[in-house]
Amino acid sequence: MSNAPVDNSRRRFLTIATSVVGGVGAAGAAVPFIASWNPSERAKSAGAPVEVDISKLEPGQLIRVEWRGKPVWVIYRTPKMLEQMKQHEDQLRDPNSDEAQQLESAKNSYRSKREEIFVAVGICTHLGCSPTFMNGGFGEKVEGTADGFFCPCHGSKFDMAGRVFQNVPAPLNLEIPPYVFLDDTTILVGEEEGVA
Amino acid sequence: MTSKYEEQTTMGDNTEAKSGGVVSSVVNWIDDRIPMTRVWNMHIAQYPAPKNFNFWYLFGSLAILVLVNQIVTGIWLTMNFVPSAEGAFASVEYIMRDVEYGWLLRYLHSTGASAFFVVVYLHMFRGMIYGSYQKPRELLWLFGMLIFLALMAEAFMGYLLPWGQMSFWGAQVIISLFGAIPVIGEDLTQWIRGDYVISGATLNRFFALHVIALPLVLVILVFLHIVALHEVGSNNPDGIEIKRKKGSVAEEDKPKFKFHEYYTNKKDVVDAIPFHPYYTVKDVLGVAGFLILFCWVVFFMPEMNGFFLEAPNFEAANPLKTPEHIFPVWYFTPFYAILRAIPDKLAGVVAMGASIVMLALLPWLDRGKVRSIRYRSIWHKLNIAQFVVTFLILGWAGATPQTVFSTILSQICTVTYFMFFVLLYVYSKNEVTKPLPTRLTK
Repeated sequence: MSNAPVDNSRRRFLTIATSVVGGVGAAGAAVPFIASWNPSERAKSAGAPVEVDISKLEPGQLIRVEWRGKPVWVIYRTPKMLEQMKQHEDQLRDPNSDEAQQLESAKNSYRSKREEIFVAVGICTHLGCSPTFMNGGFGEKVEGTADGFFCPCHGSKFDMAGRVFQNVPAPLNLEIPPYVFLDDTTILVGEEEGVA
Repeated sequence: MTSKYEEQTTMGDNTEAKSGGVVSSVVNWIDDRIPMTRVWNMHIAQYPAPKNFNFWYLFGSLAILVLVNQIVTGIWLTMNFVPSAEGAFASVEYIMRDVEYGWLLRYLHSTGASAFFVVVYLHMFRGMIYGSYQKPRELLWLFGMLIFLALMAEAFMGYLLPWGQMSFWGAQVIISLFGAIPVIGEDLTQWIRGDYVISGATLNRFFALHVIALPLVLVILVFLHIVALHEVGSNNPDGIEIKRKKGSVAEEDKPKFKFHEYYTNKKDVVDAIPFHPYYTVKDVLGVAGFLILFCWVVFFMPEMNGFFLEAPNFEAANPLKTPEHIFPVWYFTPFYAILRAIPDKLAGVVAMGASIVMLALLPWLDRGKVRSIRYRSIWHKLNIAQFVVTFLILGWAGATPQTVFSTILSQICTVTYFMFFVLLYVYSKNEVTKPLPTRLTK
């Protein structure tokens, strides 16, 4: 063994340098393990936009499609439904859709691109149940409003534009997914002119 | 067992425990409840290791590194693997193509399997050349042999899981080996498979054993291997003991390091250095060198020209068609060559089993008193040299399509393989050896 005196500063430098390099290596090695928990390419492709044919959609009817594993509603709102939406705006939390629950193109009083066609993610903003469409029977929940959505889990209420009523657990209006009209009777859900 | 008072004094000598900071009070709190500092000192910071460890002594810690790699990447692969005959092959493709970094996790695991055997074979060879299996390290050697067996089972079962052609037919051949056992053979193979052929039932039980049972066994055996090592102490390239009779070593000849009383109370220790920091630093260097080679394989040649991942395994298992050339992954080929060399089903299986049993019996077959190859006779050196050549040729022969030439070569090498042990037993009794040094040399 060498009898040279111990150079402590050199030893400290080597210890720190080794620790730093080792630490960077360990952090780098952690990357693949953490990243592999992200949605896989298959999950991402299953999350691709879906086309919806609305040519057979009757006034007052709701159809459900699956997008990224979630129910998306497409509803043909009758003129009566559109009319009644203006009557209860004082009972809503966010009547003007100020919260970012929709893209700019759906930030209007109907929360849609076309007045009569309503597209929304059918998942309650409270704890994730899918609310029930009460076509004509909503009056027992909110007086004077014939149609709306009622969440069976914790009683949250939404109007025909997916706007949440006050005094219910849900904090936000229903989410409006990005969508685009490919033609008069076809909607592409999940994409809005390049915005995924 | 030392009293608690003594423990605290020892601890104070070597940690900052007495400085009274938050860290030391936490350490004290833990030490009052679990022997953290004592175990650290006894097995790491104040563990006396011979000062002359060389390159060959890196492979134990590297084996632990690879074991950790296998466990961690294995857990991550399990997250996406589907253990069923219908889903296994597709799920491996899914891991390779769709899961983020899935290709890397799988190649780390498959390359890790081969690296494990590289490291373990070198580790075993180290034990052979320095006589580390000799008294009093017989049990240490046996635990090592059990680890080797568990590792072979683990590797074999893991290779079935991708459910490729080589997985299927490799497992078919190996399981059929049990059919050579008289009377119960056929029923036994059927019981192992759980079906009349290798099937989803086989895949599922191999999956369970591969991811839960055998890893547990391996970890427990590794723990016992280290406990046994620390009880008897490491051998070294000179093959002489560093622990001497109490009172036989002059004070000025003792190393200037503090070693744990567990070792110094019973014996006088010479030519030793504490495992930490001396050998931890050395092992870090070994790890760095190993990782450079390992990553090079993982990133640039994970299939290793068909030696680590065989081409037929990129085709889904087909019970109706055997691949043209079928042979095991490289680490099984030496034993596979012995199996193929003998033109009798039962004798072949027995010879293959015996080739491993002979290794386990080394502590009793070697009757010499001198451990290290450095001080043993020329006969021993030649015998070990021929054993290395034999092992390499068998490895080559087992990975080659069977020809007349390779069969004859395998037969010759099967004889020389067993001759190693026979000759060792014969000449080691009255071997002419060089005089041993009294102290460790460089």
